[in-house]
Order: sequence, then structure tokens, then C-alpha cells
Amino acid sequence: MSRASAILLGCLVLAIPLSLIAGRTWIFGIEESRALLIIAELRLPRALLAVTVGAGLGAAGAAMQGYLRNPLADPGLFGIAPGAALGAVLSFSFGLAASGWLLPILSLTGAGAAMALLALLAGRGSGIALFTLAGLMIASLAGALTSLVISLAPNPWALSEIVTWLMGALTDRSWADVMLAAPLTLAGIVVLARAAPALDALTLGEDAARSMGVDMDRLLALLVAGVGLTIGSGVAVAGIIGFVGLMVPHMVRPLTDRRPSSLIVPSALGGALLVLVADSVLRVLPLVSELRLGIALSLIGAPFFLWLLLRLRRGGTLGLT
Amino acid sequence: MLEAHKLALDDRLRGVCTKIPAGRVTAICGPNGAGKSTLIRLLAGVLEPTGGEALMDRVRLQDMHPRARAREVGYLPQQPQIAWDLSVRNLVSLGRLAHGDARAEPVDAALAAMGLETLADRPVSTLSGGERARVLLARVLAGEPRCILADEPFASLDLAYQTSLARHLREQAHEHGRAVVVVVHGLTLAHNLADRVLLLKDGMLRAEGPPEYALSPDHLRAVFGVEARWLGEPGAKVLSLAGEAPASGGASPPG
Repeated sequence: MSRASAILLGCLVLAIPLSLIAGRTWIFGIEESRALLIIAELRLPRALLAVTVGAGLGAAGAAMQGYLRNPLADPGLFGIAPGAALGAVLSFSFGLAASGWLLPILSLTGAGAAMALLALLAGRGSGIALFTLAGLMIASLAGALTSLVISLAPNPWALSEIVTWLMGALTDRSWADVMLAAPLTLAGIVVLARAAPALDALTLGEDAARSMGVDMDRLLALLVAGVGLTIGSGVAVAGIIGFVGLMVPHMVRPLTDRRPSSLIVPSALGGALLVLVADSVLRVLPLVSELRLGIALSLIGAPFFLWLLLRLRRGGTLGLT
Repeated sequence: MLEAHKLALDDRLRGVCTKIPAGRVTAICGPNGAGKSTLIRLLAGVLEPTGGEALMDRVRLQDMHPRARAREVGYLPQQPQIAWDLSVRNLVSLGRLAHGDARAEPVDAALAAMGLETLADRPVSTLSGGERARVLLARVLAGEPRCILADEPFASLDLAYQTSLARHLREQAHEHGRAVVVVVHGLTLAHNLADRVLLLKDGMLRAEGPPEYALSPDHLRAVFGVEARWLGEPGAKVLSLAGEAPASGGASPPG
């Protein structure tokens, strides 16, 4: 295990018990059976879900930055998250969300559709630039369709449900969500880790990577599958949580040797830590209603992004040469 | 042995036949747009031809497994980018990717061959242009390929670095028996570096042979449309320009 992974795993092991204790009701001096109930049925699944979603976002972000050779890339660029969101929004609009399983399934279907469209648009040998454009267009299309569904919402109740869900949160999630998202995310991270050596080769550009024996079509397939599994399952259970995939690889990169392959697992751990800590802090904040996780992370993430841009303008390198 | 058989790509390269000898430096020369980069990229297996074939030991490159091809043919792209700020050693280790191992000996040997031992732990962003060029060539060497193909490795290097890179490339051919192919823009450099020259124009091979022959004044007039002659000793040739040829542009093949 690398140094970065060891440090982050240590932090995570410390953070999980703390997050189980923290909340509107602190697990101190309350009845033991009540405490156990809160932990087993509410806090533990929520913490595991935070770890799962964060790990997926972090790993996908690291892989995307490696693939696009751009430290400002984000898994959202693929259009997979907006696709998954569209699926979820449709389930609300048709009143299917109440049944529990249909929302994540429709959401995963949306992610799958976005992946299929990506593969169709940017199939064999099309190059990274075309692929990025295809992803952006799918993101725009899914966004437009989501707006359309919102504007056609059958009743104000569905509308408010959709809007709240889109903000992204881990409130009131259950073990069923963990069971759905955790295996898919883990599979996605494994797929992304398999793409890692090829991402290292891409450091020297597409031509050099191809000459080093990298099959660019296979790499693209691995990335679409990996990002689809991690981001798709994340959106299916938690809504859209932005900026984690962008921020985490940056924070982790200085701890590594900067090879894209050394970044994927530490970014997964870092993402898990960030989402877990952010979610726990939000739970503790003395606000009338809990601040949505997606909003909170965007409030941190957007200024972070601006700071990155400022550093680039001032001649910083962000780990690039 | 690497060879091209009626190798073609659209109208960029129109049916080039040649054999790349081991233990020799072959320079690909020609005016802008002649198809030099296209030829070397096809030979590297980075592009797929639309006609003819590039063969390694009589097997078509596109029929080989990409990694098997990469173990035989090392390729240094034109103006290679280095996206992430890796250490010199990690960058050179990328050359082992096609072998799927992380053996230290070939990496150490490549660093030593390029005189980079003392820089091994430095981030590449702190290197000069000439040092970077050596690191990128060391990456190719770490893969221990039988053929080294380099697309204009001398561009943007000053004279001292050009000289040292040329020496390294000749060493790889003459002492290690590798087939070295280099796209070279400067004809003086090509004449002094190469054992063989492929002179291209408009996607076709116009002359092939030792530099004295392929880069003869007649060929230069036909391909570049300039009057020029060579001065100096063998191995230290200098091109002397006498102005444009009367019939520049519409030059016809020699002979």
C-alpha cells in the first residue's frame, strides 16, 4: 500500500466511529437500546453510503483527470451523472419513486443509456477530443430533458421532491441503498484500477500511448464502464454530488508520485473521507433544516475550483509539467 | 526486420516500399507535407494504413498484439507532451509497460545510456529541453525495442544537445545493433547522422540510399527546388546554398 493510501485509510478508520456518534442526537448518555437502534438503522448505513459514494466519485475523478490529462476534469463531463439524474427524475415524475427500488433502477438505466450513447457517438478510434465533446453534449441533453420533466411535473409535490432530490443528500437512506451502491461502486473502482497502467502511458500523449501497446478503444471502454458504475450507482442512491471528483484528486496528488495509476485508490479513500466528514458536519450544524450535502459540497467546491484557476493563471502547475 | 510494402495512407502517403536495416541509422527527409511523419507513424503502428502494409518480420503490424508490437518497435512522437510531473525514473519506467514488468535493470541501463543517473529522482518539470529529450529517448530504450523510431527529436534543441542526441542515436544503431529511424528536417544534420536517407516528396519515395546519393545536389534540386552543394569532409558535411533553382516548385524527379 502506498503512503497516501495508508494515511487516508487511517483517517477513514478514525472518522467512521466519530461519524456514528455525531448528529442531532449525540450518542452519549442516551439509553443503550436507543443508541444501538440509531447506529444500526440510521448512522451506520448512512456512513457506509457516504464512504461508498465518496469513494466512487474520488476514483472516477482521478481516472477522468488521467484520461483527459487535465487536472480540471470532473466525472460529470461524461454526461453519466446527468443521465442517471434524468432517470431518477422520471421516476419521481411518474410517481414510481415511492416503491423504493424503482428510483435507483431507473437511475442506473439513465446512466447506462448515457454510457451507450457515449460509446455510440465516440466509438472506435475517435480520439479524446471528440469523446469529451460527446460527453458534454450528452450532459447538456440530459440536463435539458431533466428541465423538461421538471417543467411538466404533474403536481407541486412531485416538483419539490425532484428539486430536493437533485440537490444530493444522504438523509434517510437505508441498508437497501448500501446493498445496491456498494457492490456496483466497488466493481467500478476495480475496473478503473485495471485501466490505470494505460492512463500512465497517456501521460506522454495518445500517439505515444498507442505505440506503447495501449489499446485506446479498450481503455475507453474500461473508463466508460468504470465511471458509469461508480457515478451511476452514486447518483442512484444520493443524487448529484458535485465537485468531489474534481477536488479530491488534487488534494491527494501531492501525496503521491503523480502517476495517474498511483492516484486512483488514494482518491477513492480521500473521496470517502471527504463525503463522510462533510455529511457528519452537516448533521451537527445547528440549522433549522439540514443543509443538503450536494449544496454544501458545491459551496466548498466552486471556490476551490476558482482557486485552482487562479493558481493556473499565476503560473502554478497543478501537478502538470 | 521492419519493412514497408506499398505503404499508403489516403493521399498523404502513396505506396512507399522500403526495408529498414538493423544496425543503421535511417533518416527520413523531405519538404513540409512530404509524408515524413505519416511514414514513421505507420511504421510505428500508431496509424493504420489505407493501403499496403507495414511488416515486422513479415507479420503485419496491425495483426500483431499491440503489446507485442510495442516490445519490438519503440516510437518517440514529435514534440511529445508530458502531462504529469513525474520523476525521471518513473517516466523512463513507462517504457516497461508493454513488457508488463517493472524490472529495474533495463530502466537503469536506459538512464545510464542517456547519462541521466544523477537526474533520476528529479521531477521532469525541472529539466531543460535537452535533458527532457534524453529522458524521452531513455523511455524508449527502457523497452529494449529492436527498432527505434523518432519523429523530429532534434526540433527545438540547441546545437550541443542536437550533437549529443545524434551521438546517442548512432550509438544505439552501431553498438547495440538496433534499427534507428529518424525524421530529420535539417539536411546537414541528416547527412552527418544517417547511414541511409529516405527522401520523400508528395507522399512518394524520391530517393533512397547513402546520404551522398539520396541528398545529392540533383535530388535536392528536384525535391526542394534549391541549388545547393555539399562542402567539407565525410561526417562533417555542410550544405551550401546557392539560391533557388530556376524551376522551383514544379520540380520533376531526378534521372
